[in-house]
Amino acid sequence: MEHDERFGPSRSVTLPGPLALDGGQALSPVTIGYETYGKLAEDGSNAILICHALTGDQHVASTHPLTGKPGWWTRMVGPGKPIDPARHFIVCANVIGSCMGSSGPASLAATGTPYAMRFPVITIRDMVRAQALLLDHLGVRTITAVGGSMGGMQVLQWAATYPERVRSAVVIASAARHSAQNIAFHEVGRQAIMADPKWRGGDYYAANDPPAAGLAVARMAAHITYLSEAGLTEKFGRRLQARNAKGFGFDADFQVESYLRHQGISFVERFDANSYLYITRAMDYFDLAEEHGGLLANAFRGTKTRFCLVSFDTDWLYPTRESRSIVQALNAAGAEASFVELSSPFGHDAFLLDVPELYRVVDGFLRAGGL
Amino acid sequence: MNVKGLVGLRPDLRIIADNVAPGSRVLDVGCGDGALMAALRDYAGVDARGIEIDPVNVASAVARGLSVVQGDADVDLADYPSDAFDYAILSQTLQTTRAPDKILEALLRIGRKAFVSFPNFAHWRVRASLMLGGRMPVTRTLPVAWYATPNIHHVTVDDFRAFLKERDIETEGAWFLNGDKLTSAAAANFRAEHAVFLIRRG
Repeated sequence: MEHDERFGPSRSVTLPGPLALDGGQALSPVTIGYETYGKLAEDGSNAILICHALTGDQHVASTHPLTGKPGWWTRMVGPGKPIDPARHFIVCANVIGSCMGSSGPASLAATGTPYAMRFPVITIRDMVRAQALLLDHLGVRTITAVGGSMGGMQVLQWAATYPERVRSAVVIASAARHSAQNIAFHEVGRQAIMADPKWRGGDYYAANDPPAAGLAVARMAAHITYLSEAGLTEKFGRRLQARNAKGFGFDADFQVESYLRHQGISFVERFDANSYLYITRAMDYFDLAEEHGGLLANAFRGTKTRFCLVSFDTDWLYPTRESRSIVQALNAAGAEASFVELSSPFGHDAFLLDVPELYRVVDGFLRAGGL
Repeated sequence: MNVKGLVGLRPDLRIIADNVAPGSRVLDVGCGDGALMAALRDYAGVDARGIEIDPVNVASAVARGLSVVQGDADVDLADYPSDAFDYAILSQTLQTTRAPDKILEALLRIGRKAFVSFPNFAHWRVRASLMLGGRMPVTRTLPVAWYATPNIHHVTVDDFRAFLKERDIETEGAWFLNGDKLTSAAAANFRAEHAVFLIRRG
């Protein structure tokens, strides 16, 4: 296994499937873009699966091929970091439905044209099932699963669906279900995309002219939910953008407008609008208790998985009470659980940013699990 | 328990650690930074879980590999199933809770037995401060001024004994401390700064 094509950065595999989906359809074949770092231990005990968020990808600690930016979680993953290729075998896969190399609406269907809206609607559990197929392919049996935001939902789903495969679970700034407010914000984003005439019912690939304006607005609205009000005020206040007085027009007078426009524009260069529709849908459908008789504790009954949950005090997208209700369910199920609400000015985005306590907590938790 | 692991542990915690059966399941309510839990885990093979209200303490405890949940004993004990632990431990926390009677009930529901330690408000120094000085006591065990103290339900050794009797709670063990020295049960209400009780349902 000196040179095994399955391992390394920028990998891709097409598995025959079929992958039975929650919506009743099946996906076949299933292509997964992924990366691995480090070496799998003989006994397979050092495998860590990293689950990415809504617009994340497999480039967790490697340069993004489109933006040229460093990996999205280099504070957590890398030499000397809590998740370290020198000690761990690390896998991060692009979720199905996304657009960075895994099967999604931009992939070619059997007809030879992109699926577009003919791609089946998927769920968080479908994403996790696809990851399980990938791990089977890589010869990985048991894992420690780590993720923030939608990544945390996948980690919870992993623990509920494959309890015997998950040794430890780290769930950061996440929730066991999408609230009405979460769904509402996503619906604003989807409507912005679908209201863009360039969306064309999802069939915009041939024209190579995507609904960039709609996707940018979706991203702008979502981006507000990732930050805290205090953070925005501190960063921008009411300061004007490169001018001394209000323009009495509709240019980006305020710095915060300019910032959001920039967030929107740079996002459309790296993300597919239809993927945004599919993945936000998957998140909205997520309700882990629902598939366990309405009682979240049932999702974890008898589990041997160790859990670590972290929330942030300024995160109003997935506020602390969401983590706390997961902890309550874990306690009721007698599971081994740790939970802490950390203080940070960064809102939901804190899980990606410089919050030293987060990395200290995750490091201690992983090491206590023998990693 | 291996004596080495107890060095540096607070005296009341040392008594608790000495009397927890090896290999048992323990819930430490108000576990601070997890010093007792770590000692129990490392030297007695105890499966220890903790609840702690202060996030800085929780982060420290989790970073040392302990299973600790940030929470409030007054609220969050309700989430734990009955008989989930061999012991529930409440050290130096009873007097800070909003409803100590409810907390004690919860401890004995969740654990088969409970260790409870608290500063004795009838210790002679406390009495002297009130009687002679006419001031709320600031002592070694009650080091904070009246306006800043977290202790809202002061209790004495005799109060606690009477409470146990009223509720038909059995006492399996009781230890009384003056500094780090044990003192007799007979004069404990006057002479003990700290008390540690091991109790179970009657």
